Amino acid sequence: MSESSAAILIEASYFVTAVLFIMGLKRMSSPVTARSGILWAGAGMLVATLVTFLYPGMTNYEFIIPAIVIGSSLAWWSGKRVAMTNIPQMIALYNGMGGGAAAAIAAVELYRGGSPGPAISTLAVVGGIIGAVSFSGSAIAFSKLQGLIKGSLRFGGQKFLTLIVLIGALALGALVASGFNTSPAVVTGIFVAALVLGVSMTLPIGGADMPVVISLYNALTGLAVAFEGFVLNNAAMIIAGTVVGSAGTLLTQLMAKAMNRSLGNVLFAGFGDSAVAATGEATSGSLKPIEASDVGVMMAFAQKVIIVPGYGMAVAQAQHKIWELCQLLIDRGVMVKFAIHPVAGRMPGHMNVLLAEAGVPYDLIADLDEINSEFETADVALVIGANDVVNPSARLDKSSPIYGMPILNADKAKNVIVIKRGKGTGFSGIENALFYLDNARMLYGDAQKAAAELIAAIKAVG
Amino acid sequence: MTGIVALYIFMLAAFTGYEIIARVPVILHTPLMSGSNFVHGIVLVGAMVALGEAHTPLEKSIGFIGVLLASGNAVGGYVVTERMLEMFKASGARAKKEVKEAP
Repeated sequence: MSESSAAILIEASYFVTAVLFIMGLKRMSSPVTARSGILWAGAGMLVATLVTFLYPGMTNYEFIIPAIVIGSSLAWWSGKRVAMTNIPQMIALYNGMGGGAAAAIAAVELYRGGSPGPAISTLAVVGGIIGAVSFSGSAIAFSKLQGLIKGSLRFGGQKFLTLIVLIGALALGALVASGFNTSPAVVTGIFVAALVLGVSMTLPIGGADMPVVISLYNALTGLAVAFEGFVLNNAAMIIAGTVVGSAGTLLTQLMAKAMNRSLGNVLFAGFGDSAVAATGEATSGSLKPIEASDVGVMMAFAQKVIIVPGYGMAVAQAQHKIWELCQLLIDRGVMVKFAIHPVAGRMPGHMNVLLAEAGVPYDLIADLDEINSEFETADVALVIGANDVVNPSARLDKSSPIYGMPILNADKAKNVIVIKRGKGTGFSGIENALFYLDNARMLYGDAQKAAAELIAAIKAVG
Repeated sequence: MTGIVALYIFMLAAFTGYEIIARVPVILHTPLMSGSNFVHGIVLVGAMVALGEAHTPLEKSIGFIGVLLASGNAVGGYVVTERMLEMFKASGARAKKEVKEAP
């Protein structure tokens, strides 16, 4: 094939890829067509990758092919075996890899030097910085959600350090982009500063805010890919990267809104600092334990039971047992519903994935707006491994750090049963006023074991 | 590609991304984030070109890491998104089946 016909084939294929990506994402935004959406986008990726092998002037196939084989196999293997509970950190990991790849493209172009002009150099530098920040930031986000880094690290002058590193990266970037000094040492300095920036930006952010951060880095990687697309004059990268950049930005805003946190607040305020001081108020009263057999009777003779699942349920892998429990109740004529908070699980929609995995049908799952008025008519609200999302302090206590966050009004049910491992606080470290209410009872134990006990108790009722 | 045309493409693609997401239900936030994570795996083609045009050992090493990371992004993003969305389909089918079985 001649070079010009190869070029035309590549351009045409990239066009098809861009269309497939956009149609695929569009289909992914509705539950009915979502599965076909990823297949469309996957086809687009395959077309673009295969046709790139025909790129005029390509060499180094002996490196390209092994790199693809190794990277793909590792990702395939890890993606297939990751538990659904750990999906958020895997998204962070894969996203960070994309950011790293964008930074690598920038590095290759910048180390090569030459003079592509100030506009292209600027795009290469900015894309490289964003990609490197996304790479190291996502790595920290992954480590935090995976439990490799515990707690949020803060020290005096941390914001100052972040600011200094940011200015450093931009200043060195300006030197290179303007063509004033394009020496390898300066180029290296840009990337080192950007990598440190990603780490120092992400370390102080608490685990509860991580989904917002991951989503933000997802959008940033998209932007970095688009910028490097301009550098390489690659339309598929420009369009796909920009679409992800803007879609990811909107998704980040939606998530932050669901958590009642502004993006600026997530990134620049230390969450939990004020929490310790503010928890004293709501914790009057005592925790009242209850036996599983009593709960079983209570639920068996209830008319309506609302289940409020949280991440604790998923960690204990209790969703299958809980669904078994619900089926028993449904057979007895009890009306059962699941109430899902937007941030139940580790990110919006994560709990729906986990319940779907256990086989819970769609029509039993309600979101916050649908279900909140129904708690008043519910005989039992069963809270399993959820904490902050049912804390009435968010509605009542103005001094609480989560005041104003939309919550599930589980406290309004006639009886509230909380299945909980121990007396510890939730992910945000805030004491939960719900547990101390007169209509609340604590069922201590592992969620899976507690669910099994409840199933036995309901069967015993007959 | 001239600067102004590039700017137009950027602007139109940005609006497209915004419009696609604007009306998505919360239940699909996680799969959609994963799906968009997969889509920026297109960085793989750029990484391939960068490595394909690399000359010095330094450029080749960085290019190699770039292709490695990019293919991880693309394949990993695809696998986890597909796994999630497949369950959504199954849950709908199961729900229907149970409705039929109910007396």
